[in-house]
Amino acid sequence: MGYSGFKVIKEGLFGQKGWKPVWRDPAPKAEYDVVIIGGGGHGLSTAYYLAKEHGITNVAVLEKGYIGGGNVGRNTTIVRANYMLPGNSEFYSHSLKLWEGMEQDLNYNTMMSQRGVMMLCHSDGQRDYFARRGNSMVNQGDDAELLTPEQVRAEAPMIDFDNVRFPIYGGLMHRRGGTARHDAVAWGYARGADTRGVDLIQNCEVTGIDIEGGVVRGVQTTRGAIRAKKVAIVVAGRSSQVAAMAGMRLPIESHVLQAFVSEGLKPIMPGVISFGMGHFYISQSDKGGLVFGGDLDFYASYAARGNLPMKEHVMDAAMTLMPSIGKAKVLRSWGGIMDMSPDGSPIIDKTDTEGLFLNCGWCYGGFKAVPGSGFSYAHLIATGQHHAPAARYRLDRFRTGAGLMDEEGTGSQHNLH
Amino acid sequence: MRLPCPICGERDRREFYYQGDAVALDRPARDAGGAAWDDYLHNRDNPAGETRDLWHHAAGCGAWIVVTRDTVTHAVSGAKLVGAKR
Repeated sequence: MGYSGFKVIKEGLFGQKGWKPVWRDPAPKAEYDVVIIGGGGHGLSTAYYLAKEHGITNVAVLEKGYIGGGNVGRNTTIVRANYMLPGNSEFYSHSLKLWEGMEQDLNYNTMMSQRGVMMLCHSDGQRDYFARRGNSMVNQGDDAELLTPEQVRAEAPMIDFDNVRFPIYGGLMHRRGGTARHDAVAWGYARGADTRGVDLIQNCEVTGIDIEGGVVRGVQTTRGAIRAKKVAIVVAGRSSQVAAMAGMRLPIESHVLQAFVSEGLKPIMPGVISFGMGHFYISQSDKGGLVFGGDLDFYASYAARGNLPMKEHVMDAAMTLMPSIGKAKVLRSWGGIMDMSPDGSPIIDKTDTEGLFLNCGWCYGGFKAVPGSGFSYAHLIATGQHHAPAARYRLDRFRTGAGLMDEEGTGSQHNLH
Repeated sequence: MRLPCPICGERDRREFYYQGDAVALDRPARDAGGAAWDDYLHNRDNPAGETRDLWHHAAGCGAWIVVTRDTVTHAVSGAKLVGAKR
């Protein structure tokens, strides 16, 4: 389906009756070359790049709910490539480049807005760390600017510069970072995959993974058995349950992360501001709502809703950073289920079962990885070789201790990220 | 969420510090081998349903307790002192 300003006006005049579904609603076939379990952002982009980059179009994406109903529609829409450690640095750099070309590539308006991501520092030590991190980003080929307090003030005059506990010592600005329309990203990849022949099968929950002699043969689903030459797991918070169907026990704990949206306000936020010392970050959507969040609730949970203490903590941090936010009303909050890995970095790897692939451990940073994760996962599935930017996302790094990517420097064990 | 401390009674979740899956109590023997230690340190059942996890009553009596809890509903069905397990 084509879109244009003329079409919008015409449909407005004639009762919006001319719009057609953007992707098909096929019944599952008996067999596919590749079955992707999970129709979230990562699963859809994996299917898209399998078709586009590798010509593999006999692909099904199995989604137990509906397209766009999981974490890809439940996040704070931030896109950035401001990581420091080798492994993460090249991966997110590659992903950001895909973001920058996404709208042209998909021919779909994902409202990618490079309005900048600014992290704030409040001590000499933290500023030194930002200088080092910024150098890592620049060495990777991405952009970083170390800002003075005056420069931060020019960017974000609404924040409190005189807070006694958290005085503003400067910031690390990443101007190519920003936000995108999360739903549109899911829809754009879904449409792109569908038009290339991928079957997007919704309301289809995988209940078992068929393995014979160490080789994957297909999956059992609520809509019948489906044979497959290759099966790719990419189910975020439910990774442990799906992997268990293949006899695997993963280094993953599922935790709940909350986020909040205020009523629509006139423009106040210039871009994304990250107040790391308060575990707080905030941006403003194009509709005017302030979109903000904090840290995990920090206990294992599948509840998709959090508890009051973290809500209080986030509101406290918001008031500390910018007291002017106090009069804004919170419209809604939600919780998403995060697949937390011990070192806080993801996994894109083969498994011990031939033809079975695993993509998980995105913690609370999966949205910005949507294009890069799909691109690298598709490369691994199609060629059997790790894609260079994601080559360090190995499952065995926890067992061997080699190649851990503990970005926060808190230690590679559960409950520290 | 409120947790029933065996010493103090039911208390607000804010008084407790989460210490992770109760699998931590099942420490392998020193010579159990790399696979057992890898499994112990990293791999988790991560159940969607009943789980047992460790909480430290940091702002209370200081006890470490094993809480039986549902990860889907957040319903807490019981708690006992870590020492009582053995």
